Amino acid sequence: MATVSFRDATRVYPGGDHPAVDKLNLDIADGEFIVLVGPSGCGKSTSLRMLAGLEEVNAGAILIGDRNVTELPPKDRDIAMVFQNYALYPHMTVGDNMGFALKMANVPKAERDARVMEAAHLLGLESFLNRKPKALSGGQRQRVAMGRAIVRSPQVFLMDEPLSNLDAKLRVSTRTQIAALQTRLGVTTVYVTHDQVEAMTMGDRVAVMKDGILQQCDSPLALYDSQNNLFVAGFIGSPAMNLIKGKVNANGVEVGDWTVPVPREILAKAPGETDLTIGIRPEDFELGDHGIAVEVAVVEELGADAYTYGTLAGLSDDEKLNAPQIVARLTGRTPPKRGTTVRFAAGEGHKLHVFSNKSGARLS
Amino acid sequence: MPRFLSARPDSRLIPLPWQIPLEDWPTEHLVALPRGISRHVVRFIKVGNSVYAAKEVIETSAVHEYRMLQELTRMDTPSVEPLAVITKRIGLDGEPLDPVLVTRHLEFSLPYRALFSKGVRAETVSRLLDAMVVLLARLHLIGFLWLDVSLSNILFRRDAGEFAAYLVDAETAEMHETLTAGQREHDLTIATTNLYGEFCDLEAGRLLDESLDPLTLVESILSRYRDLWNELTAAEEFSGAELHRIENRVRRLNALGFDVAELDITTAADGSTVRIQPKVVDAGHHTRRLLRLTGLDVEENQARRLLNDLDTYRFHTGQQDLDEPLVAHQWLTRCFEAVVTAVPADLRGKREPAQLFHEVLDYRWYQSQRENREVPLVEATWGYINDVLRTLPDEVITDTIKPGDDDQRRLANPYDPSQGFLDDDEEAPFDPWEDVPSDEEEEESLPASGYLDMRALRGRAAGTP
Repeated sequence: MATVSFRDATRVYPGGDHPAVDKLNLDIADGEFIVLVGPSGCGKSTSLRMLAGLEEVNAGAILIGDRNVTELPPKDRDIAMVFQNYALYPHMTVGDNMGFALKMANVPKAERDARVMEAAHLLGLESFLNRKPKALSGGQRQRVAMGRAIVRSPQVFLMDEPLSNLDAKLRVSTRTQIAALQTRLGVTTVYVTHDQVEAMTMGDRVAVMKDGILQQCDSPLALYDSQNNLFVAGFIGSPAMNLIKGKVNANGVEVGDWTVPVPREILAKAPGETDLTIGIRPEDFELGDHGIAVEVAVVEELGADAYTYGTLAGLSDDEKLNAPQIVARLTGRTPPKRGTTVRFAAGEGHKLHVFSNKSGARLS
Repeated sequence: MPRFLSARPDSRLIPLPWQIPLEDWPTEHLVALPRGISRHVVRFIKVGNSVYAAKEVIETSAVHEYRMLQELTRMDTPSVEPLAVITKRIGLDGEPLDPVLVTRHLEFSLPYRALFSKGVRAETVSRLLDAMVVLLARLHLIGFLWLDVSLSNILFRRDAGEFAAYLVDAETAEMHETLTAGQREHDLTIATTNLYGEFCDLEAGRLLDESLDPLTLVESILSRYRDLWNELTAAEEFSGAELHRIENRVRRLNALGFDVAELDITTAADGSTVRIQPKVVDAGHHTRRLLRLTGLDVEENQARRLLNDLDTYRFHTGQQDLDEPLVAHQWLTRCFEAVVTAVPADLRGKREPAQLFHEVLDYRWYQSQRENREVPLVEATWGYINDVLRTLPDEVITDTIKPGDDDQRRLANPYDPSQGFLDDDEEAPFDPWEDVPSDEEEEESLPASGYLDMRALRGRAAGTP
């Protein structure tokens, strides 16, 4: 068990014009499940590999516990990369499939058996230990693969897109299992994914990265409710937050024929900016008599909820093509009809996020 | 309708039953060849006279692997050749099926399961590991991080007295500008762990020769790799009076089968010391020379052997002053082709031509020693064909698996060794994670990936399920 710390950790690829990871500072608590997430090329995988010892650290340091591992070769870091490759050997028992790497490391048989038994217990695989893996289901195979990492009892588990080559159904069930297992094992885990849903449902904390820079690291709820900047606001959430640009006036931000009220003290944080972006989550919209006028293009009913997709009212057909889509999730009412114009109450009494267009920073 | 992604399309692939999961393909399309184990469904398929390998895998992996293999083929690194990715498959029940990656089966290749069994000699094993290490070093030199080094992912081909290794699986692989020491070490750790697992598996299946010990086998991989990597890349420093060491280094690299394309030489200001470091080395030193001289494209050690014979021929015929390409052409028609065409058609599937020529040369040497005379090539060729070649198994396509192979134990599925033996069958035990009926409902309501259920998240954070 150990903490993990990135201290100004930087990776510059030879010939690269900007760092792949730029002064990453991140403290991961003992036993914490942290997920690095971001679009392709954001540096999440490079960060994980710096911790694993696969990528050089050009500046800064990485610590596991209080040990500086920046210069240590991968095998001396007491980490386990999970799921890289999980061929199951058909002639060996499930137990031997889980424990063979310990045998190679000369761990005595009694200890090997104990560790395999413990992992099998955790994974619900006890009655499979003496069987061959032939008849195992896809999910059971995944669990044997997890068992291989668990028996090594490393200080830190590293998982780099472990679910990316699974089909959709197995992906959902395996992610639930990994999260549950991690909680029971309490081993510090760093997990990389490009999928924000995976990140939000699995992590104790989620670190969002973009262009090599850590944007925000918070619990899933904090990340969802209060983003540091426009990028995180647009990245986290599915469907995504509505981000609408508008002119600033004395009372708020103009969206179409409606001014979304924004308190003066918030407007004052962006002196001189004539445009600001307001952000509203689809579920924070509410049909009303006053508010943002939206022409509904598509209505999708999903159980008790209905999603409406549309654009600001009063746009020409050409303007509609380039206008941002406005998505609302409405509950417990008859949804509006397609083609009609409705108003969504926003502002006072409704959750609202305000961002500077210049810096992208959150103002509200 | 299935879609075919292919740089060199083979129209014979189109009418195959893509609407059927690969696992259930009718046997008329299949060939049961020995192969490694795989986590995916893999089958060898017959298409006309060709044999292809087909692997069912999700789309991103299939396309990624296709591109990786294409890149390796382009860079002339030994790997199987990718032919096509078949996507947009729809099953008979209307459900989508995973794409299939099709690669060309490597002729005259020998999967490791065929090589480590049946009284294999320690030297043979040592040569196989050498071949694997050369392949790994070659991949690392071009910035290829494999991440799944294993015997199951390698095919071996005879290469004169040695073996040549080919990469078969590039699903996890990544191409980088250059690899860090950490990345290479990681690949080595994966290699040793996987090979240890594979040897233990062979041992558990009573398929490994009893004289071989899995741990001893894998321990030698690390030192072999490091020695080779050092020779290929390490800097060397010596006094300015020892300039012949530059030539020595180049010769050593040539002897290992590598050409030096770029050597970095720096000297101290006063000329007292010299430092050299190979910057770019290309495998295939002998292969390229033979190709240039004769047009024959063969493995590295075969090329070395053939070139030696060419040199001997030049000397014997007193043509040292003649242009080398002219002599090479003479040698090709009078020696090489004479031997190869002497082989009756029905025996040609046993050895490919360069290997056959090498074995004839070996045969001639032994016969000459025995009989204390210079045995002519034609005579040796006939002796070899009758004494040796006729008794050998076919290797164009390694023996198909017959029921009763593998020490009289029958594979559960002759097309898929990953499924183990038939006699392992027992009733599945209770699985507390999968066999609990109440879970079913939960599974039904599992949100599809792609949808973020904030209510569930808030509930969990508040401590209510």
